[in-house]
Amino acid sequence: MNRRLLTLDDVSIQFGGLKAVSALSFHIDDGELVGLIGPNGAGKTTVFNLITGVYAPTGGRIDFAGRSVHGQRPYKITSHGIARTFQNIRLFGSMNVFDNVRCAFNLSLKQGIGAALLRGSTFECEEREIEARALELLEIFGLAGERDTDCRSLPYGDQRRLEIVRALATKPKLLLLDEPAAGMNPTEKIELMRLIRFTQEKFQLAVLLVEHDMKVVMGICERIAVLDYGVKIAEGTPAEIRGNPKVIAAYLGQEAAADA
Amino acid sequence: MRWSHLLLICALVAAAVASVFSSRIDDYVVNVAVLCGINMILATSLNLVNGHTGQFSLGHAGFMAVGAYGSSAVSLFASPWLLAKMGGVGFAANQTLFLIALLAGGIAAATAGFIVGVPSLRLRGDYLAIVTLGFGEIIRVIVQNTDAIGGPRGLNQIPGFTNVFWTFGLAAVTVYVVSSLVDSTYGRGFLAVRDDEIAAEAMGINTTKYKVLAFVLGAFFAGIAGALYAHYITYITPEGFNFMKSVDVVVMVILGGMGNVVGVLLAAVVLTVLNEFLRSFEQYRMIVFALLLILMMILRPQGLLGGLRWPFKGKVAKKK
Repeated sequence: MNRRLLTLDDVSIQFGGLKAVSALSFHIDDGELVGLIGPNGAGKTTVFNLITGVYAPTGGRIDFAGRSVHGQRPYKITSHGIARTFQNIRLFGSMNVFDNVRCAFNLSLKQGIGAALLRGSTFECEEREIEARALELLEIFGLAGERDTDCRSLPYGDQRRLEIVRALATKPKLLLLDEPAAGMNPTEKIELMRLIRFTQEKFQLAVLLVEHDMKVVMGICERIAVLDYGVKIAEGTPAEIRGNPKVIAAYLGQEAAADA
Repeated sequence: MRWSHLLLICALVAAAVASVFSSRIDDYVVNVAVLCGINMILATSLNLVNGHTGQFSLGHAGFMAVGAYGSSAVSLFASPWLLAKMGGVGFAANQTLFLIALLAGGIAAATAGFIVGVPSLRLRGDYLAIVTLGFGEIIRVIVQNTDAIGGPRGLNQIPGFTNVFWTFGLAAVTVYVVSSLVDSTYGRGFLAVRDDEIAAEAMGINTTKYKVLAFVLGAFFAGIAGALYAHYITYITPEGFNFMKSVDVVVMVILGGMGNVVGVLLAAVVLTVLNEFLRSFEQYRMIVFALLLILMMILRPQGLLGGLRWPFKGKVAKKK
């Protein structure tokens, strides 16, 4: 079970004079739930964008499931088994809930444009299969009743959930969640924590969670890495992180750390 | 048989029947109807690029020109050889020749679409609009300066093969292709690219492939429309494919509602007919179009039909 899934080795990225992430080494094993935290502007989302191929690292290497994904286009990386959600929800606004999920089956399509035009029986078969699988996913997350709803009119929490459903439709081995608790109230946050753990167990996923909210991260993560100014300052279990003076300093300032 | 196949066949049969009886109808009415059909093809194909895929292209007249000139070159210069191959000048030989000319026009335009599309689709929004606008003008200027295809004088004595059947038959095919494509898991990639390119990539959709494909398909049908136009008017000049022609098509797409298949067809008819009424105020025509565009943007940005869509199950919208 303890197979290396994702390895970041000495990864850096520089935007002009700004080193957004420097020499970050970090790994995720199969089925692990890892948290990535840090103060505002620490480079958490940048790490996400590096892993998913939105940015290409200027140094170091990224391996996923035993092969290098360095510099590959995002859709390629998704095809290897990394799926993500977004900090500011990015659903397909003109589509209903069902179509949002169906869209994400694009990767597993066996047929191309010719079949879509001729609409033979194999095409029909595949479409029905995708519909069934999309519906099944929606059911698991309690969204099946909303299948024909315009996704923009869903409540905020449901939009977050739909994003997770859509990401799962690409059949990932690793799910990246970018600040899923942003804008949620405490009850929703507890619900979200349950949802994340449920998803991880149900689909046997590794999850990397970027989060601001300490309670959420400390509550569910097995291991936590802390970033500050693009540098990893600590890594360990929630208990270790909580007591780490460097982390307290990064979050609360030098003096607070001295008091602690 | 699927519902959409049935509608396509019905449309083709209707076009054939209408074609047979077209000699009994007033010439002027037939003339306007054929122009409506050609504009339907243009608007539907641009709708795939601008509406469904969300890439703002302003160079549709350029692709239309490539199709018009490409097909005319076949039916003017290659016809003696082709007809000799087919043995004779009968009705069947002429129709086959026209089909070859149409395909040649479409493929030439699709090739042009690919050549322009691959580099320029790295750009977004306004930048893409400017590049495609520039491309349309480049095509026109190249044609204007190439003596082999008539230069500024254009080409004349193109055989008048286009009739009601070809026009509306091909309009039906265009609508079928675009609407059944968009209504499949494969084709939903176009809509995903329009809605959110970054999210589409993250969901495993190859956005570059979809954008280029939309561009190539759009150009192909624009080329077909150009070929129909050339073989209807029988006389083409580079001036006929200027920037204003591209704007005409964009207005149709906006009036019909971006990505709304039926709305765009309706808009193509409305604007073609409106054009006829405005014929006596030729110089004010563009003012009316511009006002229409501004009013639409303010009052009804979602298009004539608004949120109304053709039923999405096995649908295909039809012609005429």
